[in-house]
Amino acid sequence: MGDRMVFREHLFRSAAVICGLLTLAIFCFLCVLGLPLLQDGHLLSLLSSPWAPARGLYGIFPMLLASILLALLSLALGFPVSLGCSLLITALAPRRLRMLLIGMIRLMAGIPTVVYSFAALFLLVPLMRTLIGRGSGLSLLTAAPVLALLIVPTMVIFFVAGFEKVNRAHLLALDALGGSRVQKIIHILLPGARPALINGTLLGFGRAMGDTMVSLMLAGNSTAVPSSLADSARTLPAHIALVMASDFDSMEFTSIFACGLLLYLVTGLLMLLMRLPGRSPDNES
Amino acid sequence: MTGQRKITEITVTWFCWLSGLLLLAALVILVGYLIRRGGPVLGLSLLFGDTPPLDALLLRKHVFDGLYPALAGTLLLIIGAMVLAIPLGIASGIYMAEYAGGRTKAVFSLLFDILAGIPSIVVGLAGLSITIFLHRIFGERIMPCLLISCLALAYLVLPYLIRTTQVALESIDPVVRRTAPALGASRLQNIGRVLLPHSLPAIIGGIILATGRCAEDTAVIMLTGAVASAGIPRSLLDQYEALPFYIYYISAQYTSPDELATGFGAALLLLLLCSALLVLALVLQRRLTIFLLYR
Repeated sequence: MGDRMVFREHLFRSAAVICGLLTLAIFCFLCVLGLPLLQDGHLLSLLSSPWAPARGLYGIFPMLLASILLALLSLALGFPVSLGCSLLITALAPRRLRMLLIGMIRLMAGIPTVVYSFAALFLLVPLMRTLIGRGSGLSLLTAAPVLALLIVPTMVIFFVAGFEKVNRAHLLALDALGGSRVQKIIHILLPGARPALINGTLLGFGRAMGDTMVSLMLAGNSTAVPSSLADSARTLPAHIALVMASDFDSMEFTSIFACGLLLYLVTGLLMLLMRLPGRSPDNES
Repeated sequence: MTGQRKITEITVTWFCWLSGLLLLAALVILVGYLIRRGGPVLGLSLLFGDTPPLDALLLRKHVFDGLYPALAGTLLLIIGAMVLAIPLGIASGIYMAEYAGGRTKAVFSLLFDILAGIPSIVVGLAGLSITIFLHRIFGERIMPCLLISCLALAYLVLPYLIRTTQVALESIDPVVRRTAPALGASRLQNIGRVLLPHSLPAIIGGIILATGRCAEDTAVIMLTGAVASAGIPRSLLDQYEALPFYIYYISAQYTSPDELATGFGAALLLLLLCSALLVLALVLQRRLTIFLLYR
């Protein structure tokens, strides 16, 4: 009996250890398979040179730039909306509407990415084609609003949780002094939830960087360095998805492991940033 | 001064309401458009085409012009991934909540957060690299297949399961937590008889959310074995079709209005499936609590 109990307790620990090791294992897999590129000391040139397999150049700079541009753009669109919506839920809306809004946000969080992109392909792309006036309508500007729509629910849920943790005594004090709802937002909610606002934004940025389907289906996937936001561009995840088809031993194929490694490092770094001292550790993932 | 304050008040209020409205409008337009385009084709013929449904379900006949193979592939993926992920995820969650402490817990916590943050395409890439390793060891027989996809998807949803289990156990009322040990129960008995049943609704909610994640993910399966037409897989080592991959494939490769209509049908079907899972998670949580209270 005693042995069996000890055995089961060991089972719990081994499960956790296995899961932890799996996290590291992915990193190792990517390193080992991307090794040929890293080994030759090409790391810098890999990050800074263009993608031209015909000339023997397998740089991923255009994809890196496109990923960062697209993530920043969708954050610029998504952050104000998320902030406004989470404030509406926390401070402005009547109780019943608040429940409705939370339900809507949850529903949006559950909508498959591929469905968003599929609908946008027929709704937004023709519109952008007319607006931009050239090309196919597939561009960074087309993908950004859809990507923003994708990261807004995550950010709103995170922000609302942050606002709810703001010291209740301060809110009551403001009510007692006869402060308005907007004063409550400006003087108490926003300063009080600053860590949550920053962390939620980092999380949104990570989501935007890592999403495949939106950029793959809407950004156009051109391997050239995008010169404007209305240009077609290829992000890192889309690059991984597209190069897939070729030969397992080719340099093209090796380069996608460098992309994977880069994405892994960026998202890992964001997680570390979220844990900087002074930020409350959050478990809502 | 008061004038300026008034402007601030109005601006902030309008800004918040506008953001809410914008989001609502986006959702309504999106769902409305999908229903308008996909609604008319929704029906048995969308799933089975010209094949009699019963023959298709019993695998007596192949379905060539319906979504049935894709839907079946998605269901098989979900089952496979969940069978792999649930035991591991819940056991790890129990360890995190009940046994781990101090620095160990902090390290595991960081690892699981990184795991949760890894983009799904990278998980797919890892699945692909495992396939390559296996291919080198076992030869031609190992190609991207259902088994590899299930493994990769299980990996993708592990952090959800770990976190929901952990949070569910940690948020149990301390009074409930201490009662059984006070009566002489061992730590394991306390977990098995009191804590787990008590947090069951939340854990099941987490499982259903993870199921939704399995159903919708496209990036993982497109790297690990989903193809445009394969029929129902006969074994774990076969390639398969799946709903999200079908939607992606149609968006790039449709050749006729009929195919496009099927694509819209598939998008609506996937949307309904995921929303249903989400609503189920919310309803079930409440139902289960009541059920357990009055047992």
